[in-house]
Amino acid sequence: MNRFPPWKYALLIIILGLGLVYALPNLFGEDPAVQVSSTRGFELQPQITDRVENALSTANVEYGAAEFSPQRLMIRFDNTERQLRAADALRESFGEDYVVALNLAPATPGWLSALGAEPMVLGLDLQGGVHFLMQVDMDAARTQQLESYVSDLRNILRDAGIRYRSVRVDRESVVAELRSTEDRSEAREAIERELGTELVIESFDGSQTQNLRLTIEEDYLQELQSNALRQNITTLRNRVNELGVAEPVIQQQGSNRIVVQLPGVQDTAEAKRVIGATATVEYRAVDEQNDPYEAERTGRVPPGSKLYYDRNEQPILLSREVIASGDNLIGAAAGFDQQSGQPNVVVTLDGVGARRMLEHTSENVGNRMAVVFIEHRPETRMVDGEEVPTTRRVEEVISAAVTREPFGKRFQTTGLGSATEAAQLAMLLRAGALAAPMQIIEERTVGPSLGQDNIDQGFQSVVIGFALVLVLMAVYYRVFGLVANLALTANLVLIVALLSMLGATLTLPGIAGIVLTVGMAVDANVLIFERIREELRNGNTPQASIRAGYEKAFSTIADANVTTLIAAVVLFMFGTGPIKGFAVTLSLGIVTSMFTAILGTRGVISLIYGGRKRVKSLTI
Amino acid sequence: MDIIKSDTKINFLRFSNVALMLSALVLIAGIVSLSVRGLNFGLDFTGGTLIELHYPEAPELSEVRQALENEGFDEFVVQTFGTARDIVVRIPVGEDGETSADVSTRVLETLSGQMANIEMRRVEFVGPQIGQELAEQGGLALLYVLIGVLIYISFRFQWRFAVGAVSALVHDVLLVVGVLSIFQVSFDLTVVAAILAVIGYSLNDTIVVYDRLRENFQTKRKGSPEELTNLSINQMLGRTLMTSLTTLLVLIALFYFGGEIIHAFAFTLIVGVFVGTYSSVYVAGSMAVKLGVSKMDLMPVQKEGADQPDTEVLPERFRNRDA
Repeated sequence: MNRFPPWKYALLIIILGLGLVYALPNLFGEDPAVQVSSTRGFELQPQITDRVENALSTANVEYGAAEFSPQRLMIRFDNTERQLRAADALRESFGEDYVVALNLAPATPGWLSALGAEPMVLGLDLQGGVHFLMQVDMDAARTQQLESYVSDLRNILRDAGIRYRSVRVDRESVVAELRSTEDRSEAREAIERELGTELVIESFDGSQTQNLRLTIEEDYLQELQSNALRQNITTLRNRVNELGVAEPVIQQQGSNRIVVQLPGVQDTAEAKRVIGATATVEYRAVDEQNDPYEAERTGRVPPGSKLYYDRNEQPILLSREVIASGDNLIGAAAGFDQQSGQPNVVVTLDGVGARRMLEHTSENVGNRMAVVFIEHRPETRMVDGEEVPTTRRVEEVISAAVTREPFGKRFQTTGLGSATEAAQLAMLLRAGALAAPMQIIEERTVGPSLGQDNIDQGFQSVVIGFALVLVLMAVYYRVFGLVANLALTANLVLIVALLSMLGATLTLPGIAGIVLTVGMAVDANVLIFERIREELRNGNTPQASIRAGYEKAFSTIADANVTTLIAAVVLFMFGTGPIKGFAVTLSLGIVTSMFTAILGTRGVISLIYGGRKRVKSLTI
Repeated sequence: MDIIKSDTKINFLRFSNVALMLSALVLIAGIVSLSVRGLNFGLDFTGGTLIELHYPEAPELSEVRQALENEGFDEFVVQTFGTARDIVVRIPVGEDGETSADVSTRVLETLSGQMANIEMRRVEFVGPQIGQELAEQGGLALLYVLIGVLIYISFRFQWRFAVGAVSALVHDVLLVVGVLSIFQVSFDLTVVAAILAVIGYSLNDTIVVYDRLRENFQTKRKGSPEELTNLSINQMLGRTLMTSLTTLLVLIALFYFGGEIIHAFAFTLIVGVFVGTYSSVYVAGSMAVKLGVSKMDLMPVQKEGADQPDTEVLPERFRNRDA
């Protein structure tokens, strides 16, 4: 007898059941939907649902279910026509603070979503979209930093009363030329006092001068560079929001690269323009002498001032003179004031900005100072019936606070109401400028028709390959072949279930991996069945042959699969993008095929033959 | 149903010298082709820009070329892609890195002006630095797989087997790359993935033969290593052919129905399955024999007891009842 313990049947049934449940969402397709999120990545308030529903009712668009989360609000529609009309209506009533994007919401039934079952994520090559890889120019970031040290150093030397011949950037360091060794040691002390934690100082003699070479300290340089990268990512995220992309991906890759993925975006020229757009911030004094409402009403702005609006559309008059701008901004971080415990934003300026800030604040204690956020937003304008890409300068006052005491390089802004507000201000400040120049070094765009073709062709090859293998196995191994076919089907379900559960992205090479797995997964069964035939030929009883077949083939299957797995894992480690997808499906397929081909088929074979005491022959 | 008779006694190793010659011949042809024509490196490795367009009706390629020349492009390739209505434009990286991601935009604008309703199917731009990196990564990946395999097989079998398996793999990779060069198949990232998959596949085959070899060494009292190797290969022949057949079936489905993008990938794997099957019979087995694998090498059994005994030790009751 060849009995299969009940717990193994239970295990099989549980795993297959789970597999079916998690694979199921892929059958339901997607509903057209519109997604609303904040342009600046702020959290949404639940009240927005009512606002959206009101806007849609006013515009006479029938809508389906609305799903609220702090990141986004998703409204479903019955068809794309309603979806498009709704998107237009919402864009009009929500303005620039919100991103209104078309999206597809998985039509997974509620009971499945409640179990956490969601369909597979499609890669850009299947759903169409743009992939950019941007490289941040870290050398330029360093040079920028060195240049700001030059003015810092001049100030330090001037303040200490040390005469110098020159201070300049020399390749990867700053060189200060001094006239005597005494001057040099004095300068060294002064610099060490001020910037000792950031710079490494070396002395060397020039032909006529006594010099100092200042290099940025390695750890500090790395900190600067990782800050620069993070700041660029924040800036990119803000810019991408302008595009109204439903699910953009913006991620760091390695130490100096950023991946930008925009599913569904077809117009790469537009995308490139938006990503290349520039934004900055400016610090300006508030004109307290004149009434901004008066200026707004009459249209007469006092000379030396300029009329701005804050985020609540209230007018405010600011001096024309810029105290410091985004170029001077080194960092901005939200935190809490150590004395009062209030939320604050700590801003760090470079040398030039710090000096000007100190000059201004020394004379203006008690007055307000404002931060203006300036963006060059790309847009298309209709000129003579043709779309012409242009950029529009948008200026907005994001904060106006009273100066309590003179400050320079580092200062804090308090009185912000809440920690969230502080975090938002810090983010806006950081978004103000790219910390280092960036360049697109890789672009992969897939049009919507190609994406659909890839899905169709991929699906077709899976089905045809699968069918061919099923037929061959059934003809060659008969009953056992049919059992193997069951296992192969279960294997396919499990792969899809695992991909869906892991949230892994399905790509075209990923589909190729699935096809290949189908072909190779039967190997385990072929090994077992051939062994059973061999045992039968050696004169063993059918039951003994089945048992021996499974037992003896096991180590072979394990060895063979482990080595294939080695190849798949290496592929995963080295591969990028779509290739990773191939490695993922191949590895998953190997693991699931071990389960279905060995445990699964054994269970079914035992059901067929195991219970009988005497089995005359096997149909194999 | 059997593909081959159950009691084949083909003396594979007798032909091992012929096989060696054949391998050498194809290898040399491949190496000559590699050194003369080289590989037809795809965009992933050379860098540059590729634009695939779908036309509403088949365009005159000469007109497309003319339009691009007028726009100031001088070094570019225009080809049809699959059908006459699909074309690809390839533009290499400019001399002083002048090619930027904007090239694709310019090409699209130029050609859209020529005929209405041209559909952009795909744009790929790869900077020169990326191409370099991808090539390095591909090479490293290959190396790590070989090292990983060497270690695993040495651990599970014995170093002679490991060397045999790895030489079979090197043989396979060289042969496949040689064939790719002879047919000038576009060598891109998916092909690298396919080569790694070939390694996995070929290894699979090799391991299966080795596994049987080990078993025969442990259980059969008579027979020289050559005889046992021959026996093992013969015993596994049915399985080897069957698995190759199922894998080939799905690959052919992929080749014919998977679309242009997956073509080179499927082709590489098809070649790889043939080469891998052949090499696990000839290279891996005969290599281990030539390196002097003997029964002594495998005697210290490190496996669980269930695997050791041959048929005699199977529970007697099964035989008695059915007999």
